[in-house]
Amino acid sequence: MSENATPDPITINIDGRDVEVPKGINVIEAVKLAGKGKEVPHYCYHPKLSVAGNCRMCLVEMGMPMRDRATGDPVLDESGQQKIGWMPKPTIGCATNASPGMHIKTASPMVVEARNGVTEFLLINHPLDCPICDQAGECRLQEFSAEHGRGYSRFIEEKNVKPKRTVLGPRVTLDDERCILCSRCVRFSNEVAGEDVLGFVDRGTYSTLTCYPGKDLSHNYSLNTVDICPVGALTSTDFRFKMRVWFLKRTNSICTESSVGANTTVWSREGKIYRVTPRRNDAVNDTWMTDSGRSLFKSIEGDDRLTHYTVDGVQKTPDEAAAAAAALLQGEAVALVTSPDSSVEEQFYHRRIAAQTGAQVYMVSRVGEGDGILLSEDRSPNLRGALLNGLTDEIPGQELNSLAAAIESGAVKRLLVAGEDLTQLGVASDLLKKVEIVYFGMQANAVSQVAQVVCPSLSVFEKEGSFVNLTFRLQKFAAAVPGPRGILTDVAILDRIASALAEEKAQAPLMDALWVQISTEVKAFAGITWRGIGSQGVALDAESLSELNFIETKNLKYDPATFGQAQVAPAGVI
Amino acid sequence: MKHVDEPGYSNDIDCYIRNGGYEDLKKAFAMKPEDICAEVMESGVRGRGGAGFPAGMKWKFLDRKSGKPIYLVCNADESEPGTFKDRQIIHQDPHQLIEGMICSAYAVGAKLAFIYIRGEFFEGYRILERAIEEARAKNFLGDNILGSDYSCDIIVHRGAGAYICGEETGLIESLEGNRANPRIKPPYFPAALGLYQCPTIVNNVETLCDVKHVVSMGGAEFAKIGTPGNTGTRTWCVSGHVMKPGFYEFACADLTLGELIYDVCGGLRPGRSLKAVIPGGSSAKVLRADERFTGKLKNGTAFDWGIGDIPMDFDSLMACGSMSGSGGVIVMDDSTDIVEALANINYFYAHESCGQCTPCREGVPWMRKITARMVAGEAREEDADLLNSIADQIAGRTICAFGEAASWPVQSFIAKFKDEFVEKAREQAARRKEGKDAAKETVLI
Repeated sequence: MSENATPDPITINIDGRDVEVPKGINVIEAVKLAGKGKEVPHYCYHPKLSVAGNCRMCLVEMGMPMRDRATGDPVLDESGQQKIGWMPKPTIGCATNASPGMHIKTASPMVVEARNGVTEFLLINHPLDCPICDQAGECRLQEFSAEHGRGYSRFIEEKNVKPKRTVLGPRVTLDDERCILCSRCVRFSNEVAGEDVLGFVDRGTYSTLTCYPGKDLSHNYSLNTVDICPVGALTSTDFRFKMRVWFLKRTNSICTESSVGANTTVWSREGKIYRVTPRRNDAVNDTWMTDSGRSLFKSIEGDDRLTHYTVDGVQKTPDEAAAAAAALLQGEAVALVTSPDSSVEEQFYHRRIAAQTGAQVYMVSRVGEGDGILLSEDRSPNLRGALLNGLTDEIPGQELNSLAAAIESGAVKRLLVAGEDLTQLGVASDLLKKVEIVYFGMQANAVSQVAQVVCPSLSVFEKEGSFVNLTFRLQKFAAAVPGPRGILTDVAILDRIASALAEEKAQAPLMDALWVQISTEVKAFAGITWRGIGSQGVALDAESLSELNFIETKNLKYDPATFGQAQVAPAGVI
Repeated sequence: MKHVDEPGYSNDIDCYIRNGGYEDLKKAFAMKPEDICAEVMESGVRGRGGAGFPAGMKWKFLDRKSGKPIYLVCNADESEPGTFKDRQIIHQDPHQLIEGMICSAYAVGAKLAFIYIRGEFFEGYRILERAIEEARAKNFLGDNILGSDYSCDIIVHRGAGAYICGEETGLIESLEGNRANPRIKPPYFPAALGLYQCPTIVNNVETLCDVKHVVSMGGAEFAKIGTPGNTGTRTWCVSGHVMKPGFYEFACADLTLGELIYDVCGGLRPGRSLKAVIPGGSSAKVLRADERFTGKLKNGTAFDWGIGDIPMDFDSLMACGSMSGSGGVIVMDDSTDIVEALANINYFYAHESCGQCTPCREGVPWMRKITARMVAGEAREEDADLLNSIADQIAGRTICAFGEAASWPVQSFIAKFKDEFVEKAREQAARRKEGKDAAKETVLI
């Protein structure tokens, strides 16, 4: 782990080239930092876990400048350079921390030979069932065997036989023969998930990964063990045997499960999502995410999805629906129910339309139990986006009682609703009959049934946009798969409505142009461009909202007590 | 083990005190701890567990500034095949060990000491428990020992019978209640981050007993036993094809390997000649009987020895390419099938590999499979080279010294008896061919 790393750089020598690296980082990270496409191959080392040093793949040659034992003076060679005292045996890069003057050889004959040997050892009892293995294509053992192996086998004995399909938990299946006993999963469960469930039984070459008696790998982070498994031993029961990974397209996305906003990669092919995995962001989720967040994509295939624009129950084109919505909202007593699930861009239009129609804005926040790791108490991805957009200036409650009262009293007669099922939020369904509704949403519900104008929405996997997470990090997501045929984004419809209300021609702006408007109109987003939001997001200034009492408690990367100072992404090694 | 052979000597505390026991403890308490450390340093006493590392130096590495408690651990896991000296000390003179441990604990500043005894030594465990109880009753252990302000206690912990628990960091893991997977060094040097991440000294049973004698006679006097760099006595455990196998205590370099085998142990069985000797427990490199050992000792003197001339001490055996290790001398006469002997050793190490790191976990069982196949009649001529190459891929690349322990026998057996490996393969190939021809003929008829 690079936890010993300090910002002050030191100079070490890697393969004859001096490079500056932070003091205390290990040799694997130092070589990565030094660039030039160099990598120290490794299996058991993981940047976010403790160092185990058991795979022996990262062996390198290490030497330190020699000093005379008695006097402490540097020992010089003929050319006046300080001599390097090379260690007689190779050392493991993961447990060797950089210190000033250290010399490293990553490709000497000794190192090459050592990797050769380790690769051969790892393969002798390996089933070599790559053709039916899900890990094929993203398997470290496969990659390093090609790169560092001999290419032929000297092993003529019988291979060890181990269990092929052990069910470790509801979502993880283990193929023990493929396991190289690197212990990443064991360490992850202990150190990150905080659940000591995995361990090895038996000894030597018969060592077998297993759950402790009476326990199973059922915690909400179990699928991370599948991600970090360098071979095909731990497999996702859901994904296993479904698709070869090299056919899958990768799209950067953000998990919408809670305000943590874990960075994710969505893996899809021909419009179908096969899996969602975490994407490394040291300021947000390291390399982890919840199991529950990974299955959210399944909701987009539900039978209850809205698939047509309708006005008064009659199917219409998007333009007709937008025009009908604008006409409806031009009347009196308009209110708008925005959502912490909406993207920053959608919320920006909500704000604009609220201003155009003089609508009172209502909103709820969704609350659940946090787990102190990567599932926060605020179960919506973009409450802070709504706050920064100025849709509200306080943390909303969990019900819309004041809206119910306003409808009751006749103060609200027309409603634009973004995705919320009002009947679940304290607005009785008979009250809905008293108002005219423009409804945006993915799924059919009690509101869509009574709404005058219904605009089907796209899921987070089908559109692009951005969210602001609990540490006020603005993060964008891209569309991984197309939505149902004929459905435009909410932004496109909202833009048509807003343009109609302003009696302008609709622009249907792309994200770049839209963000020019957002950054000029919303102070909190000043200076930000769409392209400027990189894959790791942008930290925003939370100063203006520092008085608010957010509900989230301490978790992996968020501590309410110190949050003010922790605005800047932690200095570390990426 | 001065007294153990005396008639009537028993392992209870009264007998021990009658023979001057626990006098050295009183002497130790009259000294400053750092003076005892200095005496141990001066004595030059080297670790009796296998590596032969100077005990005084080991103590010097101890991190005393951390403010954490310091622990002393006695390694009584004695699991190297061919070694049985610690067992004898525990069985016959347990109080000597306890006295040595209290002296050592006092010297290094440990308030709590452990004896990690291998699980199979149930009798030894019982004896130690009783002996510690006796020592406590007489206030040699416990609070304010002998009226001083120093308190120390000893806890006996039984292992579950694994070779790897003799590796000091594996032992520490096991003592903590974990799987005995050795720790990576750096950073987990026991002297800084040992038991419960506190500074810890792990010494062998015999080494700790030696401390008592260092206190007794003084470091300088102790250093006079043996030769410079090879001080004190050693208990040689002789097993195998000799008439009188057993354990024999001699001053270092006091006798040669030949004297040990022929004079002390009564020589080989009648009509047999010496074939090979493993001088320091099964992981030490084998010595071939007809070899000439030449070279230079550390002090510069040249030597030219036959196997019988090798002085039994640390440096001489090392100079001959092997080691005195744990003192387990395994003697093999000409009835020994070298391949079978290696298969036996390989079986042991493959069974005992902890499985933590790749080269040892995969490589050692591979070597076992090869030698087992050779013994079963499927030897190939290239197997000797393959074995050697596998051993080369293990040694020096593992977390702990087990990699070397398992590789050295293979490397040395192949280096010195390659002809026998190849011969075996040829013989078996010929026999197979014969069998095939015979089978063919049968078919023809």
